[in-house]
Amino acid sequence: MFFDAALIESIPRLFTPVLLAAIGSALCDRANVFNIALEGMMLIGAFAAVVGTFYTGNALAGLGLAIVSGALSGLVFAYFGVTRGGDHIIVSIGFNVLAIGLTAFLLGRIFGVSGQFDDPAIVQLPRIHLGPVADIPLIGPFVSGQSILVWLAIFLVVAVTWLLKNHKYGLRLRAAGQNAAAMRTVGVSPERVKTAAVIACGVLCAMGGAQLSISNVTLFTEGMSAGRGWIALVIMMMCSARLPWILPTAILFGLVDAFGFRMQGLGLPQQLTESMPYVLAIVVLMLVFRKRTARYAR
Amino acid sequence: MNASLRVLLVPLALVAAGLLALLAFDATRAAVAAFLDGAFGGRNNFNLYSTLGRFSILLGLAMSVLVSFRAGLLNIGAEGQLVLGGLTAALVGVYLPAPPLVVALAALLAAMAVGAGWAVLAGLIERGANVPLLIGSLLLNYPASYIASYAVSHPFRDVNSGATQSFRIMGEASLPRFTGTILDYGILLIGGTALLVILLERTSVFGYRVRMQGYSYPFARASGYPTHKLYYRTLMISGAIAGMTGFVAVFGMNQRYIDGMLTAPLYAWTGIAAVLMAAIIPWATPLTAFFFAALATGAIGMERSVGIPREVGQIIQAVIVLYLSGVAGKMLSNLGGKGR
Repeated sequence: MFFDAALIESIPRLFTPVLLAAIGSALCDRANVFNIALEGMMLIGAFAAVVGTFYTGNALAGLGLAIVSGALSGLVFAYFGVTRGGDHIIVSIGFNVLAIGLTAFLLGRIFGVSGQFDDPAIVQLPRIHLGPVADIPLIGPFVSGQSILVWLAIFLVVAVTWLLKNHKYGLRLRAAGQNAAAMRTVGVSPERVKTAAVIACGVLCAMGGAQLSISNVTLFTEGMSAGRGWIALVIMMMCSARLPWILPTAILFGLVDAFGFRMQGLGLPQQLTESMPYVLAIVVLMLVFRKRTARYAR
Repeated sequence: MNASLRVLLVPLALVAAGLLALLAFDATRAAVAAFLDGAFGGRNNFNLYSTLGRFSILLGLAMSVLVSFRAGLLNIGAEGQLVLGGLTAALVGVYLPAPPLVVALAALLAAMAVGAGWAVLAGLIERGANVPLLIGSLLLNYPASYIASYAVSHPFRDVNSGATQSFRIMGEASLPRFTGTILDYGILLIGGTALLVILLERTSVFGYRVRMQGYSYPFARASGYPTHKLYYRTLMISGAIAGMTGFVAVFGMNQRYIDGMLTAPLYAWTGIAAVLMAAIIPWATPLTAFFFAALATGAIGMERSVGIPREVGQIIQAVIVLYLSGVAGKMLSNLGGKGR
């Protein structure tokens, strides 16, 4: 059967990395930082997660190191993009190349391998089993036995929505994006808020990377983020950074990914199924933006 | 001293100080020597020629990127255009039964047409459906490399070899090499194209209009330029140059299409970096492209002789782009096109 438990079980772990990065991207967008370095931030997070897990034998420590690395990524981006006032597109291009180079460099230096590193010492993130719920058909495998990051991502959608709507810092974040000058007149530094947003984005992307490297699999491959950062950006753009829309859109992309893997099992070549999310991204973007009075376009 | 000069002098001073520090110790001096040997030395200047070979690819991509950036179009899809151009060239080179010269010309034209088509596709997506060119052209990179990877791993795979690669192209049709070197005539083709781009940008009406459109789109419209036509033509030229670069890579260096040969070395991103480092000034772009080519082959040399990983080259390149993001960014935003 096509729609079996294994397919449903794989959807959450496929959409979670993209969802986490999309939340981060939405924060940046609301603060008017055009961060397209999600790809690089995820890659660095994925690598740091593997390093942390390998040396401690504890996946949570790996996640912790990923979070630290994500914060550092955000800090680097913020230094060049916000403090020094560089063009965000150029900073992102530089950062993505930096991430590719740095992870490959450290892979060789730390583990003495190139291309891929995997070791039995790398363990998976803890999973949450929901006992009897797991036996419910269709829903059971979707909600039970998923990694903690899946639940954290869904929780963050709610939390960040609330934060942006109600909390002081959420309001400041949006104000920094909408009218930085007005914000300065009331004595809050928009640069600081933007820096915080980029750091938060880095942390979220790195957690997405950790989901890729120490939950979906337990290894690191060069370039393992494989364009998911771009998909996350596209999801954020489709939804105009509105989080309640980002969750279902991310699930849709998870579904497409899961279908792709299934089609591979049915004999379709891997390269064609792997390009499906990108083709879908272009088509959906075209449908969504067709009527829109070009917010991003000139 | 004005501000822009100060911006340039501080990094220059740092670089100079860094070089002095490098030359002060034996170990680092060995690394510098290995770097220089890797970039310019070797037996019979072998490494110099491989630097020049890489330079021709980077120059082609840099020119492709330059044409779009100069017009204010953030086309960062050079990678997809390059890959599909290279694949097309390889397929024509392998399967077209014709005299060598015809095969080479057909491959060149087909590669340019496919590259141009892929770039125009991103343009159609922007003009037809408001999807920013930055995003559209980037997303198209992924299907392009997956298509190429599929083509050489299934229908057009060289079944006699273990690697995922196409068959060898017709031997007589490949680009001739300078006698006694590994450098092929592709560098002349790309160099000529670069020269043409630099000259036409300065002297032709088309180049002037493209530049003005880049500086200010409303100005170009108000002056009655055919902005629609300019838009697509610029993209076509940009894509065609990237496709031509793919042809040169396949008919020169490798004589076949190998999976990942154009994407793994990050050629397209390095080309963008070269354009940004040159602050989108045409005549300066060949210099920065050469610099990045030497950086990459020099880093490979360091890996060979003193065991410093070659990724150091990429890291240095990225740091340069990050530090120049302010300067080059001003250029980009003056170009009005920001991509959003």
